[in-house]
Amino acid sequence: MAFLLFFMLKWLEKNLPKIVLAPAVGLISWFIYGFILWTFYISFTNSKILPKYELWGVGQYVKLWKTHKWLIAVDNLLIFTVLFLIICIVIGVILAIFLDQKIRAEGVLRTVYLYPMALSFIVTGTAWKWILNPTLGIQKLFIDMGFENFTFDWLVNREMAIYTIVIAGVWQSSGFVMALFLAGLRSIDDEIVKAAKIDGASLFTVYWKILIPMMRPVFFTSFVILVHISIKSYDLIVALTQGGPGISTTMPALFMTQTAFHKSQVALSAASAIMMFMAVAAVIIPYLYSELRRENVR
Amino acid sequence: MSDNTTIASYKRLEDRSKITNLLLRWFLYFILILFASYFIFPLYVMLVTAFKTMPEIRQGNLLTWPSQLNFESWAVAWGGRGYGAGDTFLRPYFWNSIKMVVPAVFFSTFIGAMTGYVLTKWRFKGDSWVFLFLLFGCFIPYQAILLPMARTLGVLGISNSILGLVVVHSIYGIPFTTLFFRNYYVSIPNELIKAARIDGAGFFKIFFKILLPISTPIIVVTVIWQFTQIWNDFLFGATFSFGEAAPIQVALNNMVLSSTSVKEYNVDMASAIIAGFPTLIVYVLAGKYFIRGLTSGAVKG
Amino acid sequence: MIALKIQDLSKNFGSTEVLKKINLKIDEGNFLVLLGPSGCGKSTLLNIIAGLETIDEGTVFIDDYDVSKVEPKDRNIAMVFQSYALYPSMSVKENMVFGLKQAKASKEKIEEQLKKFSNFLHVDELLNRKPSQLSGGQRQRVAIGRALVREPRIFLFDEPLSNLDAKLRVEMRREIKKLHQKLKTTVVYVTHDQTEAMSLGTNIAIMNHGIIQQYDTPENIYNKPNNTFVADFIGSPPMNLISGQLVKEANKTLFIPEGSGQSNNITIKNYNFVKTQDENSKDVYFGIRPEHIHYKKTNDNDIEFNLKTDLNEYIGHEQITTFNYFNQEVLGKFPSTIKIETNKEMKLFFDLSQISIFDKKTNNRI
Repeated sequence: MAFLLFFMLKWLEKNLPKIVLAPAVGLISWFIYGFILWTFYISFTNSKILPKYELWGVGQYVKLWKTHKWLIAVDNLLIFTVLFLIICIVIGVILAIFLDQKIRAEGVLRTVYLYPMALSFIVTGTAWKWILNPTLGIQKLFIDMGFENFTFDWLVNREMAIYTIVIAGVWQSSGFVMALFLAGLRSIDDEIVKAAKIDGASLFTVYWKILIPMMRPVFFTSFVILVHISIKSYDLIVALTQGGPGISTTMPALFMTQTAFHKSQVALSAASAIMMFMAVAAVIIPYLYSELRRENVR
Repeated sequence: MSDNTTIASYKRLEDRSKITNLLLRWFLYFILILFASYFIFPLYVMLVTAFKTMPEIRQGNLLTWPSQLNFESWAVAWGGRGYGAGDTFLRPYFWNSIKMVVPAVFFSTFIGAMTGYVLTKWRFKGDSWVFLFLLFGCFIPYQAILLPMARTLGVLGISNSILGLVVVHSIYGIPFTTLFFRNYYVSIPNELIKAARIDGAGFFKIFFKILLPISTPIIVVTVIWQFTQIWNDFLFGATFSFGEAAPIQVALNNMVLSSTSVKEYNVDMASAIIAGFPTLIVYVLAGKYFIRGLTSGAVKG
Repeated sequence: MIALKIQDLSKNFGSTEVLKKINLKIDEGNFLVLLGPSGCGKSTLLNIIAGLETIDEGTVFIDDYDVSKVEPKDRNIAMVFQSYALYPSMSVKENMVFGLKQAKASKEKIEEQLKKFSNFLHVDELLNRKPSQLSGGQRQRVAIGRALVREPRIFLFDEPLSNLDAKLRVEMRREIKKLHQKLKTTVVYVTHDQTEAMSLGTNIAIMNHGIIQQYDTPENIYNKPNNTFVADFIGSPPMNLISGQLVKEANKTLFIPEGSGQSNNITIKNYNFVKTQDENSKDVYFGIRPEHIHYKKTNDNDIEFNLKTDLNEYIGHEQITTFNYFNQEVLGKFPSTIKIETNKEMKLFFDLSQISIFDKKTNNRI
């Protein structure tokens, strides 16, 4: 008996690190991977309010891609992602390069550019909703400034409402891109810039021909993070438009929760969640792979 | 070329570079300040609006300064009007959020620290796969786990409760906290651990006596990151709680959406500021750490 | 002709003075080495010559023109950096011709220069590679090549060899020397390595705390150090500095080592004092290099001692022995062929023709 106890203790001691690791691995296995598998399974059933476990084939996916609202959501996601990505990166890169010029009060400016990241989308969405509202918001501001026929009703305009989400999203996230690029620029050996100066390169050439090409990994990272943010975007839309006017600003994340919790079509909702998951995975897996490879090379 | 012309050409080069430099500088500052005002504009509008009265809001525009500092909207946003049903105000939900954030931040940080410690200092075959396995959790769209999570919370009897949200946030924070601690501990020399083992320290002693005391910076980064994420979360809050157990973001959204009679923008703005205040203050006081979390969450190492 | 002249140059970073009233001149075709410990201001001085740092006071002349406010690209210089500073996104070829392209040189000219110097540096096989695919030595060659193709008036080198391993460093040092012999371009070279400085430089400026301690030929720097800093910095192991008193007696000058009690002294003869010494006694350091302490008499200037050996370090081609000289440590350097025992008396000869004497108050050579 004592013998057995001794061996148990020995075993415990030897495997202590793995035992300590177990909770994290267990929780993540169950609550992330297990749950994704569950969602995946349910997407192949015909569950309504309660999950049913008989398989029903790919019917939910067929139905999903015939659902008008989902198609609008996907369209909106594409428009939003493309604009959000391009504008955030352009603004972020410009701000980073400008801030890199030994600017007075750089710290203050950096703080100002980045503070939206510390706020929730609900808070900023509430603010933007007020700013963009067609009666007392921006429109009134411009009319007061003398532009009497100025109208700005994007928030309540079916065609334009999606762009208000872009405005608020860019406002929230471009500081983040700036921070990434600034960190990237600062990590570059300054002898390279010196060498280029002696070679006679203008400031523009230094950035365009030498530094920006060196930022390729940062572009890649920003791309991945921004796409990821845009696919997941939910709070901002809830706060700003609730998917409206009508369903004109629906996005996949909103579609998913509405289908599940308001319409009680659990299986259809699961199918949409799996579509979102696959979209994110398509971007993230190559990213993680390349990051890991880079680390192994080092 | 004679000496004089060379000197003159040097002089010309000097003058030209001086003028272009000066112009460039002005342009630079102009653009930077332009963007700064774009970023500061919503915050400014929120603040002035929150201090105005409703008639003032209707008469003026976004930028007009309040005629006097009017604190009534703040009081209404925080404590309500004092009549019973339908009177939503933030105070209880603010405390809900605090009660949710503190334990969730603590658990996720602690688990992340232990996990990061094992993954870097007690390496075993396949450990980088385990890391990748955990890391992937940073990126999954939570929509893919919402449905089973809602059911699980129901089965456990903690749906629509603060405890339920604590559990959810603790679990889904682990990938991030692990990432932070792992990247920090990788940079700490293994010789330190070897020396401690030779001196006879065991697994837990090394962690608590040697690593943890030098982990302050990364603990600060992680705590700030988790605090900001959990405080600002809306998806989990809105999905897994309603009514009295809701966190502040959900309450704020409900307040703004509830269109009882006339929209009171000043109360909305005051509420939004109250809901954003804790994270904003943390950001202003410890922005350095916040940015570090942000960038190290994105670019590893 | 004077290629580079620096006049009363001062530079501050905030409240710290990095360079204090530097004056330097270098004739065309010479190889100037700026040597000193880290933080002595040598790299700052080089950056100022390149135009990468601004000047607080003073002037830089290249070919007699004041270039103090001229942009780096217009100074007709080229620079090789410690980290090589190759542009990572460009191929070797693009790296080498980047400067010429910026200067809007013609296509033919660019091709011609590229061919000439890639050949010269044996990098023609590598032209299409990226810097990340090169070894340390190859990167160094490309960095030098990038500087060469522009055929500048002055070459600036900022610790170019310190990132290479020991063997490659010796190899590249020889190549740089050959390069200079062939091209005869003026060079300013920054290093903290005395061997590099001695072997490459025609002139060496030893710097410390933003001041030039001595500006001289390698021979003079080694044989006649200006002050104790230079004496201590050059040579390995450094010069022995024995403290004691210099006393004038009748028509003799004597050195009395500290702790020897008047009786033991060394008569100084054939020493060229910087100027005649008026005082009767003075606190000084008596400086003698380890390699000028012999184990057998070599010439008439040698005087004999019997000292106890404290420690012996055998390092292959030679051995370094520590002696106790009135409780002061004195190091000697001997061939490894002789047998030295520790804690024994040993007969030694100090070569008085090779000594230096420094004032203890000012640390300067007298």
